Amino acid sequence: MASNKKYWQSVEELKESSIVETLQKNEFVEEIPTDEFLGDKETLESSSTSRRDFLKYVGFSTAAASLAACEGPVRKSIPYVVQPDDLIVGVADWYATTMSDGFDFANVLVKTREGRPILVMPNKDAGADVNARVVASVLSLYDHKLRLQEPTKGGSAVSWADADKEIIATLNSLKAANQPVVLLTGTLASPSTEKVISDFTVAYPNVKHVVYDAVSESATLEAFEAMYGKKALPNYDFSKAETIVSFGADFIADWQGGYEKSYISGRKVEEGKMSYHVQVEANMSLTGSNADKRIVAKPSDQVFALINLYNAVSGENLPSKATPIDNQIKGLAKNLKKAGSKGVVVTGINDKNAQLIALAINNCINSQIIDTEAVNLTRQGNDTEISQLVADMKSGKIKGLVTYNVNPVYSLANSSDFTEGLKKLELSVALTTQKDITSTLTQYALPAPHYLESWGDVMTTKGVLGLVQPTIQPIFNTRQLQDVLLKWSGSSLNYYDTLKEYWSTNVLGGKSWNQALHDGFFKTDVFSEEEVFESLVNLSSVATELTKATQSSGYELNLYTSTALGDGKQANNPWLQELPDPLTRASWDNYLTVSMADAKELGFDNPVKDNGAIDGNYADVTVNGVTKTVPVMVQPGQAIGSFGLALGYGRTENLKDEMQVGVNAYPFYFNGNNVQYDVKIEKNESAGWHRFACTQVQKTIAGRHDILQEASLKDVLNKNLDPKHTWNQPAMVSYDHQEVEAKTIDLWDDHNREVGHHFNLSIDLTSCTGCGACVVACHSENNVPVVGKDEVRVGRDMHWLRIDRYYSSKVEDKQAEAKMTMAQFKADNPKIAGKDIERKYTEKVLELSGGDLFDALENPAENPEVTFQPMMCQHCNHAPCETVCPVAATSHGRQGQNQMAYNRCVGTRYCANNCPYRVRRFNWFNYADNNEFDFNMNNEYGKMVLNPDVVVRSRGVMEKCSMCIQMTQATILNAKKEGRAVKANEFETACSQACSTGAMVFGDVNNPEDKVAQLKEDRRAFHVLDYIGTKPNVVYQVKVRNTNEA
Amino acid sequence: MHSQDVDVDRQKEGKKLFKSLCASCHKLDKKLIGPALAGVEERRTNEWLKAWIKNNADLRASGDKDAVAIFEEYNGSNMTAFPQLSDKNIDDILYYTTVGNPPKPGATPGLDGGEPSGQGGAPRWLLLVLGAAIIVAFLIIANLLKTVSELKGAPKKPGLIGQAAELWQGIKKNTFLHVLFVIFGLLLGAYFLFGTLFKVGVEEGYQPIQDIAFSHKIHAGDNKIECQYCHSAAKHSKHSGIPSVNVCMNCHMNISEVAEDTKVIMEEGGIVLTKKELDKEIEEVKNAAGYYYNEESEVWEYTGKTKEVKWVRVHNLPDFAYFNHSQHVTVAGVKCQKCHGPVEEMEEVYQYSPLTMGWCIDCHKDTKVDLKGNEYYAKIHKELAKKYNVDQVTIAQLGGKECGKCHY
Repeated sequence: MASNKKYWQSVEELKESSIVETLQKNEFVEEIPTDEFLGDKETLESSSTSRRDFLKYVGFSTAAASLAACEGPVRKSIPYVVQPDDLIVGVADWYATTMSDGFDFANVLVKTREGRPILVMPNKDAGADVNARVVASVLSLYDHKLRLQEPTKGGSAVSWADADKEIIATLNSLKAANQPVVLLTGTLASPSTEKVISDFTVAYPNVKHVVYDAVSESATLEAFEAMYGKKALPNYDFSKAETIVSFGADFIADWQGGYEKSYISGRKVEEGKMSYHVQVEANMSLTGSNADKRIVAKPSDQVFALINLYNAVSGENLPSKATPIDNQIKGLAKNLKKAGSKGVVVTGINDKNAQLIALAINNCINSQIIDTEAVNLTRQGNDTEISQLVADMKSGKIKGLVTYNVNPVYSLANSSDFTEGLKKLELSVALTTQKDITSTLTQYALPAPHYLESWGDVMTTKGVLGLVQPTIQPIFNTRQLQDVLLKWSGSSLNYYDTLKEYWSTNVLGGKSWNQALHDGFFKTDVFSEEEVFESLVNLSSVATELTKATQSSGYELNLYTSTALGDGKQANNPWLQELPDPLTRASWDNYLTVSMADAKELGFDNPVKDNGAIDGNYADVTVNGVTKTVPVMVQPGQAIGSFGLALGYGRTENLKDEMQVGVNAYPFYFNGNNVQYDVKIEKNESAGWHRFACTQVQKTIAGRHDILQEASLKDVLNKNLDPKHTWNQPAMVSYDHQEVEAKTIDLWDDHNREVGHHFNLSIDLTSCTGCGACVVACHSENNVPVVGKDEVRVGRDMHWLRIDRYYSSKVEDKQAEAKMTMAQFKADNPKIAGKDIERKYTEKVLELSGGDLFDALENPAENPEVTFQPMMCQHCNHAPCETVCPVAATSHGRQGQNQMAYNRCVGTRYCANNCPYRVRRFNWFNYADNNEFDFNMNNEYGKMVLNPDVVVRSRGVMEKCSMCIQMTQATILNAKKEGRAVKANEFETACSQACSTGAMVFGDVNNPEDKVAQLKEDRRAFHVLDYIGTKPNVVYQVKVRNTNEA
Repeated sequence: MHSQDVDVDRQKEGKKLFKSLCASCHKLDKKLIGPALAGVEERRTNEWLKAWIKNNADLRASGDKDAVAIFEEYNGSNMTAFPQLSDKNIDDILYYTTVGNPPKPGATPGLDGGEPSGQGGAPRWLLLVLGAAIIVAFLIIANLLKTVSELKGAPKKPGLIGQAAELWQGIKKNTFLHVLFVIFGLLLGAYFLFGTLFKVGVEEGYQPIQDIAFSHKIHAGDNKIECQYCHSAAKHSKHSGIPSVNVCMNCHMNISEVAEDTKVIMEEGGIVLTKKELDKEIEEVKNAAGYYYNEESEVWEYTGKTKEVKWVRVHNLPDFAYFNHSQHVTVAGVKCQKCHGPVEEMEEVYQYSPLTMGWCIDCHKDTKVDLKGNEYYAKIHKELAKKYNVDQVTIAQLGGKECGKCHY
């Protein structure tokens, strides 16, 4: 029940921490040290500048500045010489294309203005699933610092023609001598490219194509091959699942390409269906935090539990070991058996045998959720071939290497061997988008275009193809892989013609190419093949091997990919660096996540500083003899004995200084295995304190711990329950000695909302996974500046939209012991109403407040429940900010938006102080054209991503979510121009457009056909902090958990 | 050449036909794509010309030697057939080629000196009335003061000077009047100070010198080219769009010189551009599009060497103000001249309106919205009209005065 839960944001709150309590009351614990910058009396007196002088300087500079401001600049306007036919200056064009960088694959729509892509959004017609990195990829296009701009040989520029000539000559001589050459690429998943590569290997029979994924799924590929005879990953349709059991597979995020959309499609409360999802995991992952039940187990226990689950489901008795969670596993087996073919088991343990067991369980229950026909092709890397390649390079057996968009020197655990091998090669070519460390060590570095400048096709699910088309002229002197290979193999064709030819003969089957290009995707069954395969897997030997290989004595390190950076390809992207991790809320860093118990034992701490920032100790982590010093973050819900560390950080080569953050964890990534056993971890006393940029405690909720509403699926589906009195209670207040709903009482007059549009945004907390795509989309659409690590640390982040993460725990136990029940207390205090009574009850009867509240509980931090709450300007109909603005810079629009006129704002910040939702952001500096903030707004390339319809704010003004008023205005204008009413569900905001799961729905509540009009009146709808009476235009839907265990 | 007996009607008719059908390839006095046509009647027979104009391919097919010769002389480029022309039409055209242009009526009309009328502010007569009222009030007070002092027994000084001195003494003594004067002075000072400060950054009348002396008067005025023929983005986009050079070439492909007595009077120092300079400007546009004049073959050749034309922006809005042309042009049907002034009379474009927020708001407050036939407004307009109890609502009543409509 909602009322029994108390929400907390950080581990510090659980301690008796005076700082956090003070923070909850004041924003700063200490007085602001004005003396520090004013200096003491003596310094002031000894200064040669007298008061008169000071006033003279001020007077002169003011006068000079005003005089200089009187003359406007001369602006040039340069039209096209020949304007492209389909382009109207000032009108956006949208193109459908497909992102593919070897790690992230997604069907996207790209918004271009005057030939420049400025926004990447999911192609919802194609059922796209986008994450924060896909949305942010448009900024990586303009990354002039990291992108390779022209061909180089040994570091100095060379022309394409010369490079071609020399490389072809070397290739031919190697061919003549029949010396092996390797073409090393990431997962391409591109049928036409495979054709080009196979043609290339016909021309050069000595060339072998090896696929390398920095983050490997090789074990799963091998397991699937052993079971089904195909080297691929199985596909999962979680939308139909009744029971999902995951052993450490972070499938909402990056596991095998991610299944966020399909998972959430199976959890639509309004349709009455909701899968029961149990996550057994060590790190607190995005998937685990969304699970209905999260079982904490370190990786070795997960392995044994997996075998135990198999035994329980199948009734067999494979060799295994007992684990602390065996009881729960038995319950899971019951659940799975009940779900039958609607159940599914997945595991993220990168071990062939563990994967085989998971496949066997799915076989056993005859799971229909797993699809072994239309397989998943997002990961094709082969670890065996990679280690063979490195060995062969080191021994000098291989003579030539051509890499394409892979960075093995950074991402291989044994990268020193690779580097050594590189020196022995006769020919080493890096064809790459980025000037990464690998490309600086090869003889040739050839620039490849970004996906937004390329042609291509992508097939991540067998039978579903995506087309890649350029949305901008190549910015640099680039040539794409396929064209390079065609050129080198002596073909006169270019890749575009080859692609079209390939599609018309092999894919389209007579259908229109133009239509496919317009849609951006194409479904076909020409790739399906009938195969009969007899599996020879002996499960008992599999289990024996697995049990033997799994050590459970020492500490265990569970490597993962972070939501922001993934495998680290876009590490130079400031939007992603500044995106806080959904769980830890830390940005610009990776860190060792440690359970509270282990932190106590090893002496780790995360003290909160008086400015709201968090510090952390350093730990020396040793795996297989490799030691690194890593900052520590105490993470509730981390399994005791296990530690988490994100890959993808710690890149340095050609990254901007600010972006060179974190520790490279790939040197720990031995054998492509995300779990490393027998890890040594010690506190590094001498390293001092690490300064995190963590937004966790900064936005204090001021003790309003009942900020969310949660309910169980059973209650929500029970139509006999009146939500207003049970699981979705509105705030009540006492008025005229009557208990009435808080929203009926008002100081202000109501706005008239009957005429015209009235915008509302609905956010379903059940569907929101916390993936962060909306946060980046908001940056992209609204020109939100990046402020950098130091500024985030002191709480000056500019995110218009943030995703708050709340841990929660129940206080029922304490209530049971209390001397007075809530009902009694209520009867005694008739004047206190609604949620107020609850707060008073907790304080007065239970004698709990702040951190004590949680100390009284049975260590809730070992496995707290997690709720994500996207929070942006609530566009209150009765906005506290509007009342206090002395210059009326923020005012109310009749369409429901709380408008902010930047040019009117004088920067008093009263509004931010008066905002109960903490969503207003102040521009402390000029973030554009400022070398102190050397991010995308400080160079001509990065500025190309700016949205020309939204102003770049200047220093000293307040800004906040505008409900994308530029988008609603554009929609209205389009309707007016076409002389029609606005269609149902036509209005969108950047966040709602970017949300793949449909958690965010935007629209006009005055149009009864708009989805949001129904959602606003839904049983689950509630307003955050409704008892304040702000009447927000953002409505939330109660978070529902499926607690229906079998 | 222009003798008394020129049939003006035939001449006009001929010119009209010539301009619409022939002028893209022929000129009277010069070789263009086809030969010069002045005096063609003297070179060919009337029958031959008619046959050629109606269908020259047939004439050539019939083996006519002259026809084949001329076809070959012009490198086998086909002349369009005009079977739709009647004999009378052709005679009129030929008549025009023989007698030439009708005489120009009078000299080039000068600039009308149309002062851009300032928007906003009080009308002049109101200020005059107020001023007069103040003076009268002052005199009355002065007179009263004088009477009061006389009644108090002050000696009455004779003569006008005496009276004035008396008045002055009265004023000097009266504190109330001093306070009144100070208040009046401060208010006046504040009025003028604000007036000056509000003009800072207001670029009304801004008239930069452009790289190319492009005359809107010649294009939009004399030749009556629609504004949106060139500024075609105005109906679709927030920008009106400066035409790309290829749009110029739609006409300037064939127009490489201005008429003989064309003059453009530049504002700056009264420089007068004549045919020679203006032809140079046209050449510059053609060069930008990649066309260069080949002196030897006397034709414009495409070289592919293009260059951009850098115009100086006349109308600059600050970044924090969003303005959309299509909203005003397409939806509201506002004439371009409403904000841009009589562009068709401008040799050089200047900023006609102040483009201040007050100026925008004034128009939004006053303008009634007539949006019959636009489905979008159907419901909202009816409801609002009922709410405000008016037939037609203003833009402000529709929400056009809200900050967020233009500032985001």
